[in-house]
Amino acid sequence: MPQIPQEWITFLFGRLTLQDFVHEPIMAGAGIGMVLGLVAVLIGLTVFKKWKWLWTNWITALDPKKIGIMYVVVSAIMLLRGFADALLLRAQQATNNNLPVELLNADHFQQIFSAHGSIMIFFVAMGLIAAMFNLLIPQQIGSRDVAFPFLNSVSFWLFVAGMILINAPLVVGEFSNAGWLAYPPLSGLEFNPGTGVDYWIWSLQIAGIGSLLSGINFFVTILKMRAPGMTLMKMPIFTWSALGSTMLIMAAFPILTVTLGLLSLDRMIDTNFFTSTLGGNPMLYINLIWAWGHPEVYILVLPAFGIFSEVVATFSGKRLFGYKSMVYAIMAITVLSFTVWLHHFFTMGAGADVNTFFGIMTMIIAIPTGVKVFNWIFTMYRGRVRFTTPMLWFIGFIVTFTIGGLTGVMMSVPAADFQFHNSLFLVAHFHNMIIGGVLFGAFAGFAYWFPKFTGFVLNERIGKWAFWSWLVGFILAFGPLYILGFMGAVRRLDHYDPSLGWQGLFIVAGVGVAVIALGVFFQVLQIVVSIIQRKKNRVGPDPWNARTLEWATHTPTPEYNFAVIPKVTERDAFWEMKKNPSKKKPAYEDIWVPKSSGVGAIIGLFALGFGVAAVWHIWWLLVLSLVAVIVLVIVKLTDDDVERKLSAEEIEEEEKKLIAKELKEQVA
Amino acid sequence: MRDDKKRLLKRGLQIIVSCGVALAIIAAFVFVTQGRDIPVLDPHGTIADQQKTLILITVALGVFVVIPVFVLLFAILWKYRASNTKAKYEPELEGNKGLEVLWWGIPCLIILALAVITYISTHALDPYKALESDKTPIKVQVISTKWNWVFVYPDFNTATVNYMNIPDNTPINLELTSDAPMNSFWVPALAGQVYTMNGMATKLHFMADKVGSYNGSTANISGEAYADLRFKVNAMSDTDFYAWAEKAKSSTNVLNDETYAELSALSERQPETTYALKTEDLFNDVIMKYMHSGGTSH
Repeated sequence: MPQIPQEWITFLFGRLTLQDFVHEPIMAGAGIGMVLGLVAVLIGLTVFKKWKWLWTNWITALDPKKIGIMYVVVSAIMLLRGFADALLLRAQQATNNNLPVELLNADHFQQIFSAHGSIMIFFVAMGLIAAMFNLLIPQQIGSRDVAFPFLNSVSFWLFVAGMILINAPLVVGEFSNAGWLAYPPLSGLEFNPGTGVDYWIWSLQIAGIGSLLSGINFFVTILKMRAPGMTLMKMPIFTWSALGSTMLIMAAFPILTVTLGLLSLDRMIDTNFFTSTLGGNPMLYINLIWAWGHPEVYILVLPAFGIFSEVVATFSGKRLFGYKSMVYAIMAITVLSFTVWLHHFFTMGAGADVNTFFGIMTMIIAIPTGVKVFNWIFTMYRGRVRFTTPMLWFIGFIVTFTIGGLTGVMMSVPAADFQFHNSLFLVAHFHNMIIGGVLFGAFAGFAYWFPKFTGFVLNERIGKWAFWSWLVGFILAFGPLYILGFMGAVRRLDHYDPSLGWQGLFIVAGVGVAVIALGVFFQVLQIVVSIIQRKKNRVGPDPWNARTLEWATHTPTPEYNFAVIPKVTERDAFWEMKKNPSKKKPAYEDIWVPKSSGVGAIIGLFALGFGVAAVWHIWWLLVLSLVAVIVLVIVKLTDDDVERKLSAEEIEEEEKKLIAKELKEQVA
Repeated sequence: MRDDKKRLLKRGLQIIVSCGVALAIIAAFVFVTQGRDIPVLDPHGTIADQQKTLILITVALGVFVVIPVFVLLFAILWKYRASNTKAKYEPELEGNKGLEVLWWGIPCLIILALAVITYISTHALDPYKALESDKTPIKVQVISTKWNWVFVYPDFNTATVNYMNIPDNTPINLELTSDAPMNSFWVPALAGQVYTMNGMATKLHFMADKVGSYNGSTANISGEAYADLRFKVNAMSDTDFYAWAEKAKSSTNVLNDETYAELSALSERQPETTYALKTEDLFNDVIMKYMHSGGTSH
């Protein structure tokens, strides 16, 4: 057999070798598990002949409700992945890496915490936010679709491409060991020549561009596609929070794109933007990444605020307290979030004046946030509060978020921050905000809007078990980290000196994560049980006596959302409609809906190809993928035949069926 | 009647279980915390001491908001629970100007107070500011390598690895840099941290007010053996310190350009070592190492 010349192999595979597929046991296990899971899904699809169903109903879907559901599924799977990482990290620290068999070596430990942070932020939190936007915004504003349905599909498939790329190191290559924000020079070529940081860069870059496109899309949707009569000050508060969030996405994500782009140039063609030599400066990177990174926190938490606002108003059977205050607070937070980034590195040696400025700006953000908390609490005042699971998440949120706010203010004082920075106190603080705020918000929203999209409610009893496990686990997992911070324990330690007396606290934290795992188990159980009991749990279109427009249509929502676009005269439009039901006979009209298109998914596939090529330096694939994406975009943009008509007669027929079904269920 | 009794029993059980869980959590926290060294709250340096006071003031101010939040949350939740049909129900209540002014206003006042405290403390505790004292300050130059800490005493012609001796009640003037990825120098019992970065020098000033041995470490991820970047700071009496410095000067271990190059290339954690310093301006040389340039760097 003739020997294939080495140059050919290098040309074909870049720096990829067979050796890159060899992994340590834990990672190999995870990788093999993932591949087997994927194979099982593929076999299942083939055996049950579901390929066509998958393609026509989901992969090519441009309906934001379907895209939203796909976002939920991907984010949920990534939540499990990120949580498995957390379990490993906590196990390592609880045992102080002192088992007969080494659990994780230092490098592996560092890869795992880097993956944990990156996945939780980009592929869980961002995914859940995008899901909420897709599922809720069009219906809340009384619209039939988003502004750019095809762009929306592209966003989602870029998100999926990034997701695949960030999980690929489980099978081939290694992941970044430089933390979730990969500061140079550690993430530079000199100290990190492998593929790890490249995986990190390109998965974030691709998903980040998807997020940017999403931001633009929903910003335009909110501004241009509201139902007649819905002025800005009559918008539901979730939509307001989404507006703030999308504004931040549009302003902040380009910074991330540029920063990652420059770092990748440093690594790919040896430029020196962020090196310490040849005139580069790592401090520039740290400023840039946080100029994106701090607004990112608010991109995530604003929509969660919106969810809680809807939940607390509905389950108190009352208007939101201080709507205008809430709107001003959202906008104040939106603007202020761009003026505080330096508080992530008070310790970098800036002068006292600079530190003072950024410290005070940081504290000022606490004011609108505090106002929101008081308004939420007073929404329940003179209400009729029902203690459903979404409400429990809300209460859990207020408690944890307030504590997180206090610890945040503690760190906003620069001279005090010198004692908290990069310690476990900081780690506890931001988990307090992200879990207590964003994740609890997503859970509350999930339970609240679940019947909207499925037609049946989730099992309340198991939901409550899940909540209590999460809350108790949360206190046990993060309480000790605050104390450890005071003891001088820094973040990201794969082992520590036993004489410091930290192990007891790490064990308690480990127990906490185990209790959270119980909560996650109950959540999975809740979904399974609820699906099994779906007949029993079936509900009508308005199970909670809700207030906003998304509940004004059928459940589950038909493709066109509203057969007749509602006219809005007041805030809480649906609440008003229920008070004064319209007697008019609906006048149906032709509706144009976007045709399904697989191009978004194919663009995602080539984006993935581009990412793989950039990581492994496979230049032919890089050029090919890039050209393919550009060609596909041009082809799609020049296609005029993108909509199909649902005639007024079809709509009337469909509406009659849906109404008849609802009546039948009411009787039953 | 029976149902009522059953419900009461269930509610009682719930209360007992939740109290039990709460007590167990508190007990666990106390058990694993008591008797441990908590340097941020039990500092031994003038700077860390003021930082502790600052932290306590911030907490006290924050509690002014946190307590009302918790009290209001649970009081309102309880009073307006759906089963309490006697409570007033006003579904159209939109807000209350007075109340809203109150909770825009009070946090503003608290933040204003905190802003003043921030301005004063940030300037007073600026790590770049030298401490006032009758005693002559000791100058120490700190270099983080991949992965050891090197402490250079230019005025004593000595250097140490992974430990640092200082006289107590004497200002210590640190200059810091990195011969590795970025690190952060942190001795919680003495003062807050500051980054060490290659190609540049940062500064930190502190003073131990008690004889003792304090733990320090890096706080910023810097590669594989990051967790090993620990060191001790030993504060001792003047006599002890100068005796040590005199002896250290004539140590058989010599740190010159060559041995430093060897040392900085060692990735394993080295035992605490004392060197006689036989090179001029090592600290600047390390900084300049990262300044080789295409011309425009500074």
